[in-house]
Amino acid sequence: MTIKLDARIPAGPLAEKWDKHRFEMKLVNPANKRKYHVIVVGSGLAGASASASLSELGYRVSCFCFQDSPRRAHSIAAQGGINAAKNYQNDGDSVWRLFYDTVKGGDFRAREANVYRLAQVSVNIIDQCVAQGVPFAREYGGLLATRSFGGAQVSRSFYARGQTGQQLLLGAYQALEKEIVRGSVTMYERHEMLDVVIVDGRARGIITRDLVTGEVAAHVADSVVLGTGGYANVFYLSTNAKGCNVTATYRAYKKGAAFGNPCFTQIHPTCIPVAGEHQSKLTLMSESLRNDGRVWVPKKKEDCGKKPGEIAEQDRDYYLERKYPSFGNLSPRDIASRAAKEVCDEGRGVGPGGRGVYLDFADPIARLGEQTIRERYGNLFEMYQRITDEDPYKQPMRIYPAAHYAMGGLWVDYNLMSTIPGLHVVGEANFSDHGANRLGASALMQGLADGYFVLPATIGDYLATAKPDTLTADHPAFREALDGVQARTARLLAVGGKRSADSFHKELGHIMWEKCGMARNAAGLRQALEAIPKLREEFWRDIAIPGTGAELNQSLEKAGRVADFLEFAELVCTDALHREESCGGHFREEHQTADGEAKRDDANFAYVAAWEYAGDGRAPVLNKEPLEFENIHLSTRSYK
Amino acid sequence: MKVVLHVWRQAGPSAAGSLVDYEANDISPEMSFLEMLDVVNERLIVRGEVPIAFDHDCREGICGSCGMMINGAAHGPMKLTTACQLHMRSFKDGDEIWIEPWRAKAFPVIKDLVVDRGAFDRIIQAGGFVSAPTGSAQDGNAIPIAKQAADEAMDAAACIGCGACVAACPNASASLFTAAKITHLGDLPQGQPERMRRALAMVHQMDIETFGSCTLFGECQEACPKGISIDTIARMNWDYLFAAATERQGAEVGGTG
Ligand SMILES: Cc1cc2nc3c(=O)[nH]c(=O)nc-3n(C[C@H](O)[C@H](O)[C@H](O)COP(=O)(O)OP(=O)(O)OC[C@H]3O[C@@H](n4cnc5c(N)ncnc54)[C@H](O)[C@@H]3O)c2cc1C
Ligand code: FES
Repeated sequence: MTIKLDARIPAGPLAEKWDKHRFEMKLVNPANKRKYHVIVVGSGLAGASASASLSELGYRVSCFCFQDSPRRAHSIAAQGGINAAKNYQNDGDSVWRLFYDTVKGGDFRAREANVYRLAQVSVNIIDQCVAQGVPFAREYGGLLATRSFGGAQVSRSFYARGQTGQQLLLGAYQALEKEIVRGSVTMYERHEMLDVVIVDGRARGIITRDLVTGEVAAHVADSVVLGTGGYANVFYLSTNAKGCNVTATYRAYKKGAAFGNPCFTQIHPTCIPVAGEHQSKLTLMSESLRNDGRVWVPKKKEDCGKKPGEIAEQDRDYYLERKYPSFGNLSPRDIASRAAKEVCDEGRGVGPGGRGVYLDFADPIARLGEQTIRERYGNLFEMYQRITDEDPYKQPMRIYPAAHYAMGGLWVDYNLMSTIPGLHVVGEANFSDHGANRLGASALMQGLADGYFVLPATIGDYLATAKPDTLTADHPAFREALDGVQARTARLLAVGGKRSADSFHKELGHIMWEKCGMARNAAGLRQALEAIPKLREEFWRDIAIPGTGAELNQSLEKAGRVADFLEFAELVCTDALHREESCGGHFREEHQTADGEAKRDDANFAYVAAWEYAGDGRAPVLNKEPLEFENIHLSTRSYK
Repeated sequence: MKVVLHVWRQAGPSAAGSLVDYEANDISPEMSFLEMLDVVNERLIVRGEVPIAFDHDCREGICGSCGMMINGAAHGPMKLTTACQLHMRSFKDGDEIWIEPWRAKAFPVIKDLVVDRGAFDRIIQAGGFVSAPTGSAQDGNAIPIAKQAADEAMDAAACIGCGACVAACPNASASLFTAAKITHLGDLPQGQPERMRRALAMVHQMDIETFGSCTLFGECQEACPKGISIDTIARMNWDYLFAAATERQGAEVGGTG
């Protein structure tokens, strides 16, 4: 049995689709809105903005997050900026250019109509955030400042120092708190969603565990929205917060939601390299640094052990500027990451283990003065120094790529609805608009576009067809899901093994990074597909979880998430093995040009792979949504 | 290197707690403080013992989850640094380290080092926002904002809501947290219409939450990992007094009908 994928892209010219669609969608009468209850899981940019906006419209909303406050969602950590096609700089930007850059940056694996809409609403996002009091950076004249990010030749990223995500999230969080006190949003902090409940083919609620008391409870609603973020932590070491996980979306997948392009993961080129075996996470150094910093390694292997200052200018290889002269240090992430791996594989890497390249600010400091650089990047430089004990004003930073972002996610149609009617997915959790590679400053844009503007318009079209009823948690489907969650918790606690969840997670991460990381090949992926089920078996034989289920138990929380990663990793590798082409973040070594660039195969792979769960121990079923490019010519992506 | 830890262990909100000693061997100076705790916890788990519970998420000093008293100082000995960004190179081989949760009536302990900081969310709910429903905004450049005002608003907005200010204050006052939000929004034109209402409501909520009052010790500013200035408290007090005075006037004019 395969799912019917209907993207429901409105007909008509690209630029008119969204307007026309908004007119054609059904509306819910304002007086009836409060009869509908919407569950939003997640309080990041996508979840918080959706919760606040839906509540403002009149719906009753319940919002869930696993942190102790919605303000701590992982979005808080975004540093660099948020894109918008404002063209305040008069440098040739437009909705069309942002649309084009995003589709091209994604290596032509995204849906045209969605991306165009994203570019259209991008301008409203900035306005909305300014109105909320987000303190964006300003020029002396009092107008909004912008900077450039990778994959673009215009300056369209708005920012609040190196804390853009924090300020945008606080804006959305404050809007959410305003709705909570008004009584139309109920907030559930320290709650983890462990299943979605389907009644008569529609998503009607969720099962959660209260992380403080351990109580497992059912929540009934008319629609469920997942804004639960990305799964880059499948690599264990990543730039994501420690709590980021795949549980919510993976459980939805097991209930019938198709998973789109799970192998499209992004490795970010500029992170602080691994320092030791107890490393628990990797820290991103914002891409905005590449506006001024220059990336290089020694030309000769012999120079790698020298201090950077001892290596003469002519002995340095500014490899991005050399290979990609028109984009240089601002080449897109997938390209910059692979280039770093390449020079390190050649033995020209620097720092411990030879896994690092220099990001050098000597030139811009000489040209603009230390004060200007301090103003632009001061907090990032401080963070670097705090972690490495090295002063980047005096010596170049050492950086290396790290797992960062998930382009893949639950498949959604133009209305952001998954293949389960009533289950909507927003933000990084959906497979979304970024194709096979996301451009910098576009995730914040997408999360807020989904939450402030798209979902509030599209969810009404669904709810108008779902008459309010008297369903309660006594329904057998809720009982069954609740019992399932309790049984699984009991099973985890009963193992009584000897290994911590972290030790399994690390081992899984190692497999994924080596076999399914920056470069992949069929042999390696097959090895991973053998190793992962073995590790999973060992997990269920040997996991150690001290304590009980009826209390705050962080070992239990972790074990549950790692158990899901151990299944999900297989799906990622299966997808990576099936996609016999290289595109964006998915680089298959078998498919490259003579000079090592990605070789896409549009004849056979211009589709979204939407995987359908077929039962434990059965291979997932592949469904394809063909991608049609009516407005952009499919070309070989070049940044040379 | 090797350190000896004295860690506050408390099984639940109403359980009695006490300091328990642990030895942490094979610690390397590049480890972060939380990675050192990870190593200790890993050993406890393997032995079947309950690991030390502590809040953390980003480990980048921005989410505000982590927070603990380290040798009597909120977030430990390094200025402008959260516990997750503190590194073991700040300690010496053989050091003894005392680790305790935030201590404040308004932040009850949930378990070990984990406390309930819900009071902060409720202070924001009282008025820490601009009422600008989605869709109602004008162009972002319609109102120019002087760079200095935007920068000052950003300085205050940098607060991560970790609670170190409360933990460091001898009165357990939440003034720095509350004042930072009042200053952030009060510095911007968008925050003006609700400015007086905001000051009254947030200060009032702070009292309801059983935080202590501010006697300008200044410990909060010292402990703040984001360098929020105590000047924001003067700003809050000014707004509050002005609001209280004008509100009374308004009440007289409008009466109770
Ligand atoms: C270090 C870093 C820097 C970045 N910088 C930028 C940048 O400069 N520009 C840019 O555009 N993008 C950036 N990104 C990417 C961007 O931050 C994220 O893609 C985006 O914030 C994701 O938002 P979200 O709302 O989808 O999810 P998140 O912010 O991850 O929120 C997920 C929410 O879901 C909740 N949740 C998850 N699972 C469950 C569950 N099972 N039960 C209950 N709740 C659950 C969490 O509690 C949380 O509230 C950066 C990412 C990182 C890691
Ligand atoms: S863990 Fe986020 S601030 Fe320390």
